[in-house]
Amino acid sequence: MSHAVVVNEVYKQFGRNERPFWKALFNPRSGSGNGKPTAHPLHGSVQIIVAVDRVSFTVEEGEIFGVLGPNGGGKSTLIRLIATLLLPDKGKISVFGYDVVRQPLQVQQLINRVSVEASFFKKLSPMENLMYGARLYGLSAKQTRKQVVEILLRLGLKERDIYHPMEEMSRGMQQKVAIARALLSRPRLLLLDEPTTGLDPRSKREVQAVVRELREVHGTTILLTTHDMIEAETLCDRIAIMDSGRVVALDTPEGLKNRVRGTTDRQPTLEEVFLELTGKQLHNPEEEEV
Amino acid sequence: MSTLSYQMRASFAFVERNFNLIKRYWSWELVWLVYSITDSMAVSFIGLGMERIGGAASVNTQYLVLYLLIGTLVWRFLSTIFYWITDLISIERWEGTIEYTLMAPIRRLTHMAGQTAFSLVYSLIFTGVILVVISLVFDIDLSHANLFSATVMLLAGSVSFVGIGVMASVLPLLFPERGSQMTHVFIALMLLISGVYYPVEVLPGFLRMLAVYSPATYVLRGARMAVLEGASVPMLWPQIWPALLMGVFLIPLGLWVFQQAEYYAKRTGKLHRNG
Repeated sequence: MSHAVVVNEVYKQFGRNERPFWKALFNPRSGSGNGKPTAHPLHGSVQIIVAVDRVSFTVEEGEIFGVLGPNGGGKSTLIRLIATLLLPDKGKISVFGYDVVRQPLQVQQLINRVSVEASFFKKLSPMENLMYGARLYGLSAKQTRKQVVEILLRLGLKERDIYHPMEEMSRGMQQKVAIARALLSRPRLLLLDEPTTGLDPRSKREVQAVVRELREVHGTTILLTTHDMIEAETLCDRIAIMDSGRVVALDTPEGLKNRVRGTTDRQPTLEEVFLELTGKQLHNPEEEEV
Repeated sequence: MSTLSYQMRASFAFVERNFNLIKRYWSWELVWLVYSITDSMAVSFIGLGMERIGGAASVNTQYLVLYLLIGTLVWRFLSTIFYWITDLISIERWEGTIEYTLMAPIRRLTHMAGQTAFSLVYSLIFTGVILVVISLVFDIDLSHANLFSATVMLLAGSVSFVGIGVMASVLPLLFPERGSQMTHVFIALMLLISGVYYPVEVLPGFLRMLAVYSPATYVLRGARMAVLEGASVPMLWPQIWPALLMGVFLIPLGLWVFQQAEYYAKRTGKLHRNG
């Protein structure tokens, strides 16, 4: 089995110690590591947030890999780094052998992403939004129109909803359209950033069934972040637990439970594993993510 | 699929999306059209009023009306192109879709090409509608006008406005909260120095020097020569080549600035913050 994703010693921080754009314009790629950071020292009271702190792991082809962590734990930053939307300050990320910094176009052809906020042109219909997305991935209009209807009906939308502005749809329905958008391009790696947050239980199950089918039928590799312990346990082959930007544990759901089994008489839940390893509860998913 | 056909298809995504946005925001388009027509009419009425304002009977009001009308129409055409190009980023900031578009496997040139193609067609139609409405209100004599030359001049000038628009579009990328509004400074400066409503010769020395570097100066001068004097394309060449030359320089410069801004935004995490 080959590696779909290799994350090696990746570090990403945010803060106000960046050079202004006009200075970066004339020397944009100075620094070290494949992210070419600007190696500024900390100045006075400047606040630096370390979002991802020397994280390393690999995801195998065809695997469903989960990332669990509290809000602000660095999960979304990690997804954005893999999705070529952020550049690492240090370390290296490759997707199916392509470097995310040096070969972004090749990486982008192989991936797609669903984020917690379904971002669309709200006045446009699902069909218009998905046609736009599909064309960006070089798909033909005729083929896309047919697929859009098939996928959205499969995800539980009614046919008339497909042609009405998205602003008239519930958040759950919008999230389903976001999932359909990602599926249209048939990505080899699908990045799911809390895809079921805000969905009702039935919609959650429908999305989870699609995720399983993607892996089983198409062999898609899936990297999933979630707050939902049951979702993580039932969907993921392996889970990385992140806290304060670091991976504190990485194993199969069973392996993670075995790590803390000694402390209780019964089989611990994933929630208890998380609490034991991080000393924190997984909390309100509505809070803003880093 | 070859890379070229892939990129062409991707480029059409922006044309189709913008068309759909216009269709859905039709009431806004109508408001904008009414505003543009009344604005152009108000400026043209200044020409009719000059005799009374100045008290001189020797003012050729018909000529003055046409002079101002050309200014307002050319300016509407060029500024519409500019704003559509800067919308490259600002509209996506507004809708929150910027990460999805910038994550797509397309070259930035493809992105710009789609937006540019749409902006040219839109601006030509939009300006044409204004011209038709205004010609119903004012007694405009176009018997000496060479409209073909005027169109060639407009298209030659639009090339450089695409480059300026691409450069200005980095502002919403770098400043999510106020970047969109900051793009107005480009248009305001060019409005001042390019001779939209007056000959550049009336400007003070330092502004007249700046006018030489504004592509709009040449477009306006050429359009007036074509409409007021019936100048042919060869006669307009002294105005066409500086406008084209600026475009040849400004488009690659705009693309380069945009690439650096995108790199900076990805390094500092500015793509995620919706303004």
